[in-house]
Amino acid sequence: MASNFSIKHQPGFTAIAATCFIVLYLPIIVLVAYAFNAASSTSEWGGFSLRWFQSAYQNTQVIDATLRSFQIGAIAAVLSTIFATMAALATTRTAAYPGLTFKYAAINQPLMVPEIVTGVALLIFFSRIKIFTGYSGLGYLIAAHTAFCIPFAYLPIRARLENMDLTLERAAADLYATPWKTFRRITLPLLWPGILAGLMLAFVISLDDVVITEFVKSGGQDTLPTYMLGQIRRGVTPEINAISTAFLLLSVAIVTLFFFVSRKRD
Amino acid sequence: MATAEEVAKAAERRDVRDRWLLSAPALLVILLAATGPLLIVLVYSFLTPGAYGDVKWQFSPDAWISVFMERDIFDDTLSLAAAHVTIFWRSIKLAVVTTLATLALGFPTAYFMATRSEKTRDLWLFLITIPFWTNLLIRTFAVLQIIRNEGIINTILLKLGIISAPIQILYTDTAILIGMAYVYLPLMVLPIYASMEKLDFRLVEAGYDLYATRFKVLRKIIFPLVKPGVIAGSILVFIPALGAYVTPVVLGGGKNMMLSNLIELQFGQGRNWPLGSALSITVMVIVMLALLAYVRNAGKSGVRHG
Repeated sequence: MASNFSIKHQPGFTAIAATCFIVLYLPIIVLVAYAFNAASSTSEWGGFSLRWFQSAYQNTQVIDATLRSFQIGAIAAVLSTIFATMAALATTRTAAYPGLTFKYAAINQPLMVPEIVTGVALLIFFSRIKIFTGYSGLGYLIAAHTAFCIPFAYLPIRARLENMDLTLERAAADLYATPWKTFRRITLPLLWPGILAGLMLAFVISLDDVVITEFVKSGGQDTLPTYMLGQIRRGVTPEINAISTAFLLLSVAIVTLFFFVSRKRD
Repeated sequence: MATAEEVAKAAERRDVRDRWLLSAPALLVILLAATGPLLIVLVYSFLTPGAYGDVKWQFSPDAWISVFMERDIFDDTLSLAAAHVTIFWRSIKLAVVTTLATLALGFPTAYFMATRSEKTRDLWLFLITIPFWTNLLIRTFAVLQIIRNEGIINTILLKLGIISAPIQILYTDTAILIGMAYVYLPLMVLPIYASMEKLDFRLVEAGYDLYATRFKVLRKIIFPLVKPGVIAGSILVFIPALGAYVTPVVLGGGKNMMLSNLIELQFGQGRNWPLGSALSITVMVIVMLALLAYVRNAGKSGVRHG
């Protein structure tokens, strides 16, 4: 008996954990399964079919929204990652200096405010700018996405930087490398996995956003998530399942990539 | 001639200046497209609503009064705005219950993950991370399909003859609760797991050596040690749950409003931007209070265990 006693055992915990994992995945599996349903309703199974993927693909609104999502996501991810990298370089590997705490707080601020509040704030602010400038393009959405992506891109980059000591950079400087050359040849290559992780994180965060986009977008600027929300509000068709499935596949691919990039220790 | 000390001082000043220049773009974008506009919301909450949305630049405290009160149209007396109080109460209640539910499910899950062998731990972590980064709208939509009247739960229960008519879960508070617990569960598991992973099981062993029961070990040793993770997880779930927008829209069906839906209404059909602004500030104040409680609590437990 005594030899069987496991100090790590807690009664019922494994059962609850198993339930959690099943419950987390079951709805997603059902959603994906119904994407391949031949029937028009999402309650009966009418055999395997790809017709809903086909109809989503032929729906110009879906394609437009997807392209818009990618466009906003790509620009916002690249911009926020560049800015976050610069900010990370400015806030790590240094003794405390005046303003450092302020910078931390400012960079993480978008994480502390509920999305709905940011959405409302941007709606008001941008509607003023629209009146002044007359510009109503995608710039507003890109600016909003860049802002809320910065703290996410910042996280892995900062984590990576904090594990890099300054020895190599100092050696480069001793060998008369200019600061820019040191950055390009030493810092950047070492930091690259962190930057890549930040870029992917920012892209996923931008791609997933519903609330802020819903408030900031002008007419005809639906992204894929806001288009889907509109459709779900109107009623459910298996086409949404098909779009969701494609979206899921993309997210899983990016997350998998992210997981390996950020776990890589070299 | 500058002394060595002056040279060092100048170099340090240059370094700080360069660091400000480097962080300027990030700070500027956040200031312009996240933090700054919050101040405008505060200003708007003290203005008069315009006839077609937006505002008239005229000071008025009405928006703040109508956050909790309503003015009688006949005799101008103020009374508690029952509709708003109901929505505030529902939002806070649902956010608290969601936090407790995800804690009850997430704590054992994190414990389970942390007690796996070093190799398989990464796999479990990966399995929790996938839903975490999967689109919230899609996950909410997945819940919708499960709990609909024609959904899998009702279909199975009907086929088994346990119920004779489908249970109406969708478009109720329960549906919102299930949806929020589902989408926010990973936010609870991850920080608890992060604390749990560092847990020294020799302390647990010591507890058993001193004849503690399993429950006592859990309560007196494990829980206090992972408390920072529990508090972080609770905050991470509570904040988005209180401001949840997608879940009540999709699963509450517009009838069971939460705070964010009430706010949206003011900027849409309600055409009362000042009230919407005042409500937004109120939500933010509640969140700030929760964060403050967290910081104070984290500080205290840091002293005790650190």
